Amino acid sequence: MAELAASIEGIGVVGPGLCNWPATAAVLTGAAPYQPARTVLPAPEVLPPAERRRAGRTIRLALAVGAEAVAQARRDPRALASVFSSSGGDGDNCHEICLALADQQRLISPTRFHNSVHNAAAGYWSIAHDCTEASVTLCAYDGSFSAALLEAMTQIAQQSSPVLLIAYDTDYPAPIQAHRRIVDAFGVALVLAPVDGRAALATLRVALSPQAPTALTRPELEALRLSSPAARGLPLLEQLAQARTGTVTLDYLEELRLAVEILA
Amino acid sequence: MMTPLPITQFTATSCIGRGLAATLQALEQSYSGLKPCDFETVTLATRIGAVAEVDSVQLPAALRAFDCRNNRLAQLGLEQDGFADAARASAQRWGSERVGVFIGTSTSGILETEIAFRQRDPVSGALPADFDYQHRQNSFSVSDYVRRTLGLRGPAVSLCTACSSSAKAFAAAQRMICAGLIDAAVVGGVDSLCLTTLYGFHSLQLTAPGACRPFDRRRDGLSIGEAAAFALLERSATGEAVWLLGCGESSDAHHMSSPHPQGAGARMAMQRALAAAAVSPSEVGYVNLHGTGTPGNDSAESLAVSAVFGSDTPCSSTKAATGHTLGAAGALEATICALALRHGLLPAGLNCSDPDPQLHVNYLTQCRRAPLDRVLSNSFGFGGVNCALLLGRAA
Repeated sequence: MAELAASIEGIGVVGPGLCNWPATAAVLTGAAPYQPARTVLPAPEVLPPAERRRAGRTIRLALAVGAEAVAQARRDPRALASVFSSSGGDGDNCHEICLALADQQRLISPTRFHNSVHNAAAGYWSIAHDCTEASVTLCAYDGSFSAALLEAMTQIAQQSSPVLLIAYDTDYPAPIQAHRRIVDAFGVALVLAPVDGRAALATLRVALSPQAPTALTRPELEALRLSSPAARGLPLLEQLAQARTGTVTLDYLEELRLAVEILA
Repeated sequence: MMTPLPITQFTATSCIGRGLAATLQALEQSYSGLKPCDFETVTLATRIGAVAEVDSVQLPAALRAFDCRNNRLAQLGLEQDGFADAARASAQRWGSERVGVFIGTSTSGILETEIAFRQRDPVSGALPADFDYQHRQNSFSVSDYVRRTLGLRGPAVSLCTACSSSAKAFAAAQRMICAGLIDAAVVGGVDSLCLTTLYGFHSLQLTAPGACRPFDRRRDGLSIGEAAAFALLERSATGEAVWLLGCGESSDAHHMSSPHPQGAGARMAMQRALAAAAVSPSEVGYVNLHGTGTPGNDSAESLAVSAVFGSDTPCSSTKAATGHTLGAAGALEATICALALRHGLLPAGLNCSDPDPQLHVNYLTQCRRAPLDRVLSNSFGFGGVNCALLLGRAA
């Protein structure tokens, strides 16, 4: 089986009770207790005023985790290709459009419509950071985090340049909520780069695997892992927080998973 | 430089025909499948490119959970030109876990959710009991469906970059094959008519009241279509093939729903596709334009094309024939490019009786016959997400 390697240079996390990567790392090492609370999303100051007004929760989430990871990596965001990944895109926006279309008038606002594309967050990111590099937005349902990691790793293998990964999902409002259980907003971003001796947090290797996904030992964190597609990356984050080497297996497709080995 | 990969089988289903023979004949005869909009309960004065047979498609019994217009269109598309058989043969050749699925879609099965919202319980607001989010609405649904119906066990993902989705699918599949994770990929685009896109583009005043007229002086918007198009990308070929030579990607970083006015992002995508293939602009014999027929797209794209190719390279948009098939457009137009290479046919851009003199490109208003070695296909999406594919007759 082919193996793909990369350095991790930066990490960003926002989730329920988790305001950034240091706070998340403290929870994942056990240094701090996990205290679930509704996810708090910072205002996207980086956007021009017109776009800022139009940015819903999904966009604020993706932009926040992306900015944290890029700052830690000390990379110029204009130079980063990006892989965005979300199971559902903007669920609030989708809900409003479906409501409007069920109404006699069927009036959709132009902003609602252009925010309905799955790659809306990526579009806002490129505008916010004046980034003209390649950007792709993916969906693999609950396997969306692993799909993004695979895509980022193959980009690094081919282009030998750094890639920003942003996996994010927000909960749907009722009535779709009853049919798609995503508990709250959760986002994770990684700056991944070719292994070239530059300072990095860790080096990882990725391969396809038939193994069962790694579960988190503490029940409250395992519940968090299962609460959002983007949170399926938590076993990797736990390994990084604890500065442990070894392999974790991440959820991907029904019988196909992703083995991620942390080397150092 | 990118490793060229053979496209060993491809197929297209759109309003101009089911399968390659019908599609080629329609292109040769300058046939347009656009008709006045009579879709579902839509009351908009516009034209659409609908695939009539979708309604009668039945999914295999084991996959009924996936039943929605988008997956029916996928199934109809897979049945043409022996594509499903070719994909299964590829799984035999390489091993089913060594064949991936990369499908571009923009709206997946949202139509069924739109209809379900009309049927909400008047008291609780709940959706009907048979509502199935995962297998219909979610963007991964179509990739999951294609993977299961073809019995593939490799990686699978949906590419969702609006109107460049299925062009991006080629780039992602190419990378994964070259990284050694898989040996073959079912690449494609499937997007079907729904209310979100019809009313949404209307809200932006981007739908033409009549049939779209790309590159015409009086162009006044796009016509929405639907399509399923697939290509089988393999590590090596045993027979005749068209080749994927280069993929070029960029972002506009300009506006969510308007292209960069000078076409800067489009130009970068084309230049990167050429560079990836080490092909010079003069070697390209035909450009299949994104060419939506909106005033803004066509003017920005013509600036980008003339900056890269000059004003002599023959080009056309096939969207006046097929409609803008959104997330399927990249794959549909890649298959049209593959047909162009195979048959030496440069398809005409229809509905362009008065070519806009401000657009300095060699826009074909009549079909032309000429041997082709290298062709390029453009796809640009909302969010300013661009992808150009370079295809050739040989590696």
